[in-house]
Amino acid sequence: MDSHASAATVPVPVADLRRRRVWVLPLLALLLAAAFVLALAVGSVPVTWVDLWTLVTGGDAGMAGAIVATLRLPRAIAAAACGGLLALAGALMQILLRNPLADPYVLGISGGAAVGALLAMLFGVASALLELSAFAGALAAMALVFGLAHGAGSRTPTRLLLTGVIVSAGCGAAVSFILAVANEQSLRGMLFWLMGDASTASRPGVAAIVLIAGLLACAPLARDLNLLTRGDATAQLLGVPVARLRLVVYLLASALTAVAVTTVGSVGFVGLVVPHLIRLAFGNDQRLLLPASALAGAALLLLADTAARTVIAPAQLPVGVLTALLGVPVFLFLLNRHR
Amino acid sequence: MTAGHASLVARGVDVSVAGHVLCAGVDLEVRAGELLAIVGRNGIGKSTLLATLAGLRAPAAGSVLLDGRAPGAWPARELAKRRALLPQSHEDHFASTVLDTVLVGRHPHIGRWADESDADVAIALEALAAVSLRGRELREVRSLSGGERQRVAIAALLAQQAPLCLLDEPVTHLDLDYQIETLDLFARLAREQGRAVVAVLHDLNQVLRFADRALLLTGAGAWLCGPVDEVLQAEVLSRAFCHPLKELRDEGRRYFVPAQEGNERRT
Repeated sequence: MDSHASAATVPVPVADLRRRRVWVLPLLALLLAAAFVLALAVGSVPVTWVDLWTLVTGGDAGMAGAIVATLRLPRAIAAAACGGLLALAGALMQILLRNPLADPYVLGISGGAAVGALLAMLFGVASALLELSAFAGALAAMALVFGLAHGAGSRTPTRLLLTGVIVSAGCGAAVSFILAVANEQSLRGMLFWLMGDASTASRPGVAAIVLIAGLLACAPLARDLNLLTRGDATAQLLGVPVARLRLVVYLLASALTAVAVTTVGSVGFVGLVVPHLIRLAFGNDQRLLLPASALAGAALLLLADTAARTVIAPAQLPVGVLTALLGVPVFLFLLNRHR
Repeated sequence: MTAGHASLVARGVDVSVAGHVLCAGVDLEVRAGELLAIVGRNGIGKSTLLATLAGLRAPAAGSVLLDGRAPGAWPARELAKRRALLPQSHEDHFASTVLDTVLVGRHPHIGRWADESDADVAIALEALAAVSLRGRELREVRSLSGGERQRVAIAALLAQQAPLCLLDEPVTHLDLDYQIETLDLFARLAREQGRAVVAVLHDLNQVLRFADRALLLTGAGAWLCGPVDEVLQAEVLSRAFCHPLKELRDEGRRYFVPAQEGNERRT
């Protein structure tokens, strides 16, 4: 029957995914480790390799050791964990909306967190309450989007996206309102929070644990998620419990985003750019894409945060500004190259 | 043709969309080893009936049994191993290679913690060979033409290796040679491997040539089911398609062509 296509036999990468996983993930882990070392070593007080080694082996590295242990290490953990959280959440949202341009911000989750955080700052509450308020804001926005998008019909990606955009716009207006009525002293803190800032992160360990838990939760779902990217009907036909999986993914992505924005504030572009870059470079298999996005997002935000506190030292930039400045040109370049 | 066991049984099935009954009281048995064609005008409920048979939607009345159980009573993966459906349209939201797209059909056969094995890849390549797309494994699906994309979807369905294949307009966008090739392939799968094939078809002459039985939806919920030669008669077809059809004979085969005169429209 094969008269027209005399198949010129192309070598087929039979174990393509397996081979990629073997080198891509260790490579990204190495990149993250290098970013970590850099984050600990550079800053206004120089820390030498010897100091770092002494610290790692449990010795006393004096003043440099104290700076690393109490300032740079928690901050580095916070930046890396939140970068991973945002990238993973972005990748999940892109599956959920079946749109490579979706990210946690589009769905209004970080907008809700911002309203919560700024309200707390407006009333001058303590930092623990501020985090709680930001988290509650993120979850409230999530519940609002999810509840409204559910409606009478099905929870289609378009409905979710539109509802997210509207909720996001509403949150933007609320943020502007709070900024307008806030007093001078709290305004600067609010702006830094809105632009994303890792310097005030108080519980970096929580973010790291949530990231690892999120990755573990995704592992058994990855192939089902691959099918979800091909449409609900296809996934349903091939035995994926679509409605339940969509709910799980939305809750997971929302929780990851809420923890990230609560820890470092509104850092944009990581959730959008990182999964996109990974997809362009290594394909859209979620078994590789999800862990690779988490590792690359962690490395990216860590490097960005290191740059944010060193480029105009002793002053500090909000890290969100840097991620946007780095992310936009890289994104545009890759989009153009792969057209 | 050997009449195998009943793969799919529909009893008194009503199919309705938004309260409007499309088919009423459909009784149907699809047996292993046969190809059943569903024919009828646009919008008469062919796809909706197919989705109901696949267990994607519940019948408004009556029951559907797939290998003795309601589709919803099978565990989702188990159901996917037993019946495959070729949808009318295909969405590609993200970039994907032809091979990865076909491997999707292997999903119900692979355990939750396992990856596609070499055997799965071999099955996918075999499926691609069956639709004459071997050699294009690494092409990006979105760069293919509509007809090639349809053949990739057919390959994915073949890779699923389900004993019951439900095909919604499998040859609509294909070139004539691939139309014949595809229908010949499914007729052989039925005959040689004992698969049960249900296909929505538009070309009555293809139905005559490849199908064993036909289900003709004539509108207002009415239907007619039986061996192709009994169901496909000029008079009933002319009424069902609202256009007079003429029967021709050539070398013992029957053909239907639209009649030239009496261009009566539906009243």
